[in-house]
Amino acid sequence: MAVKKIKVDYLARVEGEGALHVTLRDGAVRDVELRIFEPPRFFEAFLRGRAFGEAPDITARICGICPVAYQMSAVHAMEDALGVAVDGPLRPLRRLLYCGEWIESHGLHIYLLHAPDFLGYESAIAMARDHQAEVERGLQLKKVGNEIVQLVGGREIHPINVRVGGFYRTPARRELAPLAERLKWARDAALETVRWVAGFEFPDCERDYEFVALRHPDEYPFNEGRVVSSKGLDIGARDYDANFEERHVAHSTALQSVIRGRGAYLVGPLARYSLNFERLSPLAQEAARAAGLGETCANPYKSIVVRAIETLYACDEALRLIEAYREPERPALPVEPRAGSGYACTEAPRGLLYHRYALDAQGTITDAKIVPPTSQNQTSIEDDLRAFLPDWLGLDDEALRWRCEQTIRNYDPCISCSCHFLRLELERG
Amino acid sequence: MASAPVVVIGVGNTMRADDAAGVLAVRRLAPRPGVEIREQSGEATALLEALRGRAAALVVDAALGAEPGRLHRLDAAARPLPQGLFGVSSHGFGVAEGIELARALGALPPVCVVYALEGDCFDTGAPLSDAVARALPRLAEDITKDIEKCTKRT
Repeated sequence: MAVKKIKVDYLARVEGEGALHVTLRDGAVRDVELRIFEPPRFFEAFLRGRAFGEAPDITARICGICPVAYQMSAVHAMEDALGVAVDGPLRPLRRLLYCGEWIESHGLHIYLLHAPDFLGYESAIAMARDHQAEVERGLQLKKVGNEIVQLVGGREIHPINVRVGGFYRTPARRELAPLAERLKWARDAALETVRWVAGFEFPDCERDYEFVALRHPDEYPFNEGRVVSSKGLDIGARDYDANFEERHVAHSTALQSVIRGRGAYLVGPLARYSLNFERLSPLAQEAARAAGLGETCANPYKSIVVRAIETLYACDEALRLIEAYREPERPALPVEPRAGSGYACTEAPRGLLYHRYALDAQGTITDAKIVPPTSQNQTSIEDDLRAFLPDWLGLDDEALRWRCEQTIRNYDPCISCSCHFLRLELERG
Repeated sequence: MASAPVVVIGVGNTMRADDAAGVLAVRRLAPRPGVEIREQSGEATALLEALRGRAAALVVDAALGAEPGRLHRLDAAARPLPQGLFGVSSHGFGVAEGIELARALGALPPVCVVYALEGDCFDTGAPLSDAVARALPRLAEDITKDIEKCTKRT
């Protein structure tokens, strides 16, 4: 019996540490393991014993790329536990902060991490020598996202201006005006980005995913909505644990999530887009159609196009929010501690992010649970490789290894966040 | 836009033992006109943006090595940084990548010096190692001499 192993010891252009081991036996895929060996980070344990108000700043430290999603899931879960509903002009400001994070995170992934795969470069640096204008466009686009997070969140990385009940400080209308000018440029740049990535060549690969994302009655989802799926799930965040299960696997320090009774599912841009197409702005819908996308997309390689559409949407939405912005009378609603449990899901750039907290009467956290998007997608990443690998076995080892890595990068995995992640090991024969 | 012609960037995380070296070194520098002193986490695109439009850039970072306290002075304008000296940062996109991306985009200042101080321990919450603490005054002196050369030039 001939056995061959493909190993990628450290996956490049992903956040955190992980590896891929693939075993091929007699020309068939025997085993695929996405091995996450980033050390566990114990954030859920750090949170126990801390005051409810500390959660946004502690959880923002989980990720340097998507801190807004972490702190906003924490804030929404706390507000759920404490019976606070933040509405009025504070709510659009929260959406604006999300727009900033999506532009920043998607900009980085599209231009610096994922585009080199499609254009045949080993890195963004090698790509930049031949595609200077495009890389500069990506960098400037990301910068506009940073500027939103800086203004609304207080600083670019690990923002410090978010609190349970609202913000510490809210911006004046005049502070947002220069941002609007930058966003008009960014919206054009995002449209150019959609056209650029739509011209890449995509493998003809589709899978029958169960898409899971938030759905709101009339908004493309950032931080509010029901958790819905393409196979009939429709629940509130409170019912997350009853419907999803985290499992330990020996090869990963990240827990893997499944839908109880069904198994793997997919969160992130493809899921959000496919479940919410009609909630995109007219400009984003038109750009998606012009890019050749239908109202749903199940080709994971086209996630780069969907990220570009979402970036365009985030620029468009940020401009709308700024135009409509009214200065809040006060930066935050009063919040009183009480015993209870709180649950929230928001849409991090990489997908659905679930937080659950239990509080005692003084508002001290007694229990915390955080389920990041990358842990939810791990099983789907392995399933993609199992499904697609048989068609690639004619490739030489280097090309095969590259294709495997690209398949993982479709997900923009954030390994640090999930460790609760990459090396590729391919065993073939 | 860059305001000062010379930028000195201390890279590191003060909560991770010797990873603080770059930040602690630039905190020892005296302010002077035409020189901007910055502290950064080492994320490549932020570093690239800080380098744009400058006549000279001095970047100070901790490095992985076998000899804690050993100081390297590297002429990044003349040649790429050696691989493997710096640890990887977010998405494997750190100081070396920021400098190479700047070079590829024609944004690297004509003078770009990288000081790399070899560290011993990079654990979260651990104190600075003795070898790195002892090396900091000399590192700050070396940077000061380079700043003087750069400001005369600009």
